[in-house]
Amino acid sequence: MALTQADVLAGLKEIVEEVAGIPAASIELDKNFSDDLEVDSLSMVEVVVASEERFGVKIPDDQVTELKTVGDAVDFIVKASA
Amino acid sequence: MSAQRRVVVTGLGATTPIGGDAPSTWAALLAGKSGARTLTEDWANTIPVNFAARVAVEPSEVMERVELRKLDRSEAFALIASREAWKDAGSPEVDNERLGVVIASGIGGVTTLLDQYDVLKEKGARSVSPYTVPMLMPNGPAAHVGLEFKARAGVHTPVSACASGAEAIGYAFEMIRNNRADVIISGGVEAAIHALPMAGFAAMKALSTRSDAPERASRPYDLDRDGFVLGEGGGVLILEEYEHAKARGAKIYCEIAGQGLTSDGFHIAAPDPDGNGVQRAIKFALADAGISTKDVVHLNAHATSTPAGDVAEANALRLALGADADHVAVSATKSMTGHLLGGAGAIESVFLVKAIQDRLAPPTINIENLDPAVTVDVVREKPRALPAGDIADQ
Repeated sequence: MALTQADVLAGLKEIVEEVAGIPAASIELDKNFSDDLEVDSLSMVEVVVASEERFGVKIPDDQVTELKTVGDAVDFIVKASA
Repeated sequence: MSAQRRVVVTGLGATTPIGGDAPSTWAALLAGKSGARTLTEDWANTIPVNFAARVAVEPSEVMERVELRKLDRSEAFALIASREAWKDAGSPEVDNERLGVVIASGIGGVTTLLDQYDVLKEKGARSVSPYTVPMLMPNGPAAHVGLEFKARAGVHTPVSACASGAEAIGYAFEMIRNNRADVIISGGVEAAIHALPMAGFAAMKALSTRSDAPERASRPYDLDRDGFVLGEGGGVLILEEYEHAKARGAKIYCEIAGQGLTSDGFHIAAPDPDGNGVQRAIKFALADAGISTKDVVHLNAHATSTPAGDVAEANALRLALGADADHVAVSATKSMTGHLLGGAGAIESVFLVKAIQDRLAPPTINIENLDPAVTVDVVREKPRALPAGDIADQ
């Protein structure tokens, strides 16, 4: 079953809060992982692996560099779950 | 040639089995408190020894969770002790290119290594933390401290088993003396209380098996000593070039005047019973400092509570100091802290500095029957006053 954008955003907020310590309230679709949320390349690996587990999708390594913002990740995960 | 650069101690920090910082650790040490406890982990009863000396204050009580999840426990100890020491030194203004870090570890991030191996086996490679390598590397504690304080004169990690922490301070001392740096954050840490290292030490018959009374198990120089108690934590000293410290009006605890380093060339684990290496190290340290055995008043012994090690070291001290050993107050503080391996020399250096400051030699607890083979003057039960004026410790 395809996930909704709202479901994925809510889950991703929890993951980013857990990994990077950023309060969920300040995590928005337009936030850039590295510039706004201080999620560095190593933390991004954790975000990706946690997202795969949580949403039951695969995020190939060559796609990870394309996921610049929270919105990019939400869109990718929603499509991948369809 | 210009005069020899002098090195002083301007800051102290520690997190140990008997205190979460240097002052509380020192107070517990003078009070003769033991940090050894029965372990509560599930694995504790699967190995021959079920007790150890965990830190008195868990890192999670003083650090944020999000910071801790990227740190090995040994790295957390290094940051906690370094932050305290840096603050104690008055948060010195120093050119980053003249600031270094030398923090030792005996074993490195062994709990991370073992925990992540469990993840690999249970959940597969993709679930292994991307922080695994920076967490398990033995220079991780020094690296994190170097990053926090932006040290650019060099970040180093001596690894020499139980001598690591003392060697780190010696390396830092040389860095300042040789004009590579003006300020060094130096010390040692260890976080190896885990089933595998404990099983390994137990297999060597190095650990005490006095499970019915953990707090009485570490008993250096006692006739019935049966091995060491594994401890965890770390100690950090801020070493600073004397003129640099004076110019900023820093509080100066004491001067480090010299050091001596040798090796036994004898056995991978057993001490040379003649203590030749210890004797030469003391001789070199005294010569380097330009003092004699007559000037020595206090010594914090390595004395881990093993049957062979304590006597070999005591014999070597007696031979090195001769008749002057009669006026040297010897303390074996592992009787209270347990053996911190790579952190041992560092916390014991913190204790020496506090001993000079307060003019008190800490006690050695748990000696019920002093081993008659021990021919040095051991401080037992209560702290002992040290003389005023210029004094020398080791």
